[in-house]
Amino acid sequence: MDKFTTHTGTAAPLRRSNVDTDQIIPAVYLKRVTKTGFEDGLFAEWREDEKFLLNQPEYRDATILVTGTEFGTGSSREHAVWALKDYGFKAVIAPRFGDIFRGNSLKNGLLTVELPEAAVEELWLLAEVRPDAEVTVDLVACEVRAGDRTWGFEFDEFLRWRMMEGLDDVALTLRDEDKIAAFESNRDAWRPRTLPAAV
Amino acid sequence: MSRTPQEAEETRPRTLAEKVWDAHVVRTGGQQPDLLYIDLHLLHEVTSPQAFDGLRQAGRKVRRTDLTIATEDHNTPTDNLFTIADPTSRKQIETLRANCEEFGVRIHSLGDAEQGVVHVVGPQLGLTQPGMTVVCGDSHTSTHGAFGSIAFGIGTSEVEHVLATQTLPQAKPKYMAVTVNGSLPEGVSAKDLILKIISITGTGGGKGHIVEYRGQAIEELSMEGRMTVCNMSIEWGAKAGLIAPDQATFDYVQGRAHAPQGEDWDAAVEYWRGLKTDEGAVFDKEIVIDAASLSPFVTWGTNPGQGIELSGAVPAPEDFEDPVERTTAANALTYMGLEAGTPMRQIGVDVVFLGSCTNGRIEDLRTAAEVIKGRKVADGVNMMVVPGSAKVREQAIAEGLDRVFIDAGADWRFAGCSMCLGMNPDQLTPGQRAASTSNRNFEGRQGKGGRTHLVSPAVAAATAVTGRLASPADL
Repeated sequence: MDKFTTHTGTAAPLRRSNVDTDQIIPAVYLKRVTKTGFEDGLFAEWREDEKFLLNQPEYRDATILVTGTEFGTGSSREHAVWALKDYGFKAVIAPRFGDIFRGNSLKNGLLTVELPEAAVEELWLLAEVRPDAEVTVDLVACEVRAGDRTWGFEFDEFLRWRMMEGLDDVALTLRDEDKIAAFESNRDAWRPRTLPAAV
Repeated sequence: MSRTPQEAEETRPRTLAEKVWDAHVVRTGGQQPDLLYIDLHLLHEVTSPQAFDGLRQAGRKVRRTDLTIATEDHNTPTDNLFTIADPTSRKQIETLRANCEEFGVRIHSLGDAEQGVVHVVGPQLGLTQPGMTVVCGDSHTSTHGAFGSIAFGIGTSEVEHVLATQTLPQAKPKYMAVTVNGSLPEGVSAKDLILKIISITGTGGGKGHIVEYRGQAIEELSMEGRMTVCNMSIEWGAKAGLIAPDQATFDYVQGRAHAPQGEDWDAAVEYWRGLKTDEGAVFDKEIVIDAASLSPFVTWGTNPGQGIELSGAVPAPEDFEDPVERTTAANALTYMGLEAGTPMRQIGVDVVFLGSCTNGRIEDLRTAAEVIKGRKVADGVNMMVVPGSAKVREQAIAEGLDRVFIDAGADWRFAGCSMCLGMNPDQLTPGQRAASTSNRNFEGRQGKGGRTHLVSPAVAAATAVTGRLASPADL
């Protein structure tokens, strides 16, 4: 996974709430068997509208998506995160995220930051008035900065460390392989097994 | 004698979900989240290819092939069992088959007697049992909570993690109770109940919580009804939803292919009987609902929280105090092509979809068949009936339900996810309106530009007959 410490870029103000993962990437784009190449599916239906935010030249190079609450609810598709990353986004700021989406994002080096509605509103206004305004998302200091404004955010200490180090969960877990084996040796014998197939 | 804090902790009253959680902790403490052991890992073709790729790249194996099972459902056609016309869909299915072959994972492919929607297949095989941890790269994994298990959807990175380690690191959740007092009135189903709950909480109301559904109305539900309720836990943002196992649960599991037998059965049931929330256990939050006040419930908007009684009318954006909800409602009405104030019963539909992991089980087909028997699907309405699994289809045929649907003019299909998410050719066309027994009315979910009203199987069947949203009482 890519390490994430701090990122400075411009912001795209997506004034919508309840953006579910079906909106982020519709199901017809989920058929690839690779982990890359999902950028064409990002907000695919909305992008057909020439007035849609990401079709405006001033937001084409934005790397920080600022959006309304309940972003990434619904389907567990990690493709939603891959699509945002492949398109060029490094961070998403919203008041609240769907749990599975948030977990997925942090496993792929896409930083998702929760800021209160009022801060999101300020960032929306800033990006609307000055699309070229720089916004910094700083995971080291747990701060979002824009102009003379600074907002702190909370972030789980373990997840922060993992993200800053770019660590792979599987490798971390396998350090405790002995504990997994010990747990397995104590499991009840009647617990179901898929093999051999009993049908 | 005074107890140490640790002893006090161990004997403290616990909720059902805490008991299941605690029984699966491989590692706890320190800065890292708890590491949970996973009892059952379900796979399908959409969210697994990149996970298997990850294993290959790292030279890893599937740790417990005997706790892993795959089925093909999202992309499979429902008009035949042999030809997947779309090459990218076919490629995804073929990739799953090749991965299962390479890594030694059991798979039920298109045409197999046990193929079907992954969340219908697990319980049907008796692989879903009380007190387990169940995961799948699909958010509707919460379905399996109906058996008193902690079951939740995961992303592809987590699928890879479970394949490699049979565990998942998980931050401790909060616990919530939804208590439904009294009995559901005649004609009100599990689907109406859960749609009502989501309309109260909104799409984010359950965030971070494992929810226990309890109370008389829940206890009176069949296992199919309990699965419908737990299935839609994710639609209000809950981590998982579960229901304490009881005799109905044991009766459902007993005798199934992978159910414990003989002495094992006795040992299992003894353990399962202890899987309930202790007297005095504390939930972080509780919602109480009076079942007697409920009536058939449907959605009008573009998220599952935007619902209302079938007897109601399309709300106006101004009805919502919260500015975010107001904007969301205005967007939803535009997308849905609806005018505020229109009675829900006057909304005409083009398509009726009966199926999915929410309402594609035998009881759902029976309910709909009972309503539609001897009647006809309205002119201009296409009713599609898609059993949740090949086994459900077989049973429905044995009971003659297929004839009921076919005689009424409905389209009787093979098993799969189908129009619930429109990955296969079963899709709405732009502007088409559907009454659907599935779980999501998101924009474009059932096909680009398609408009979805979520309904129960009984409402779906009645709607097919009248061509407008209706309940059996209207016929």
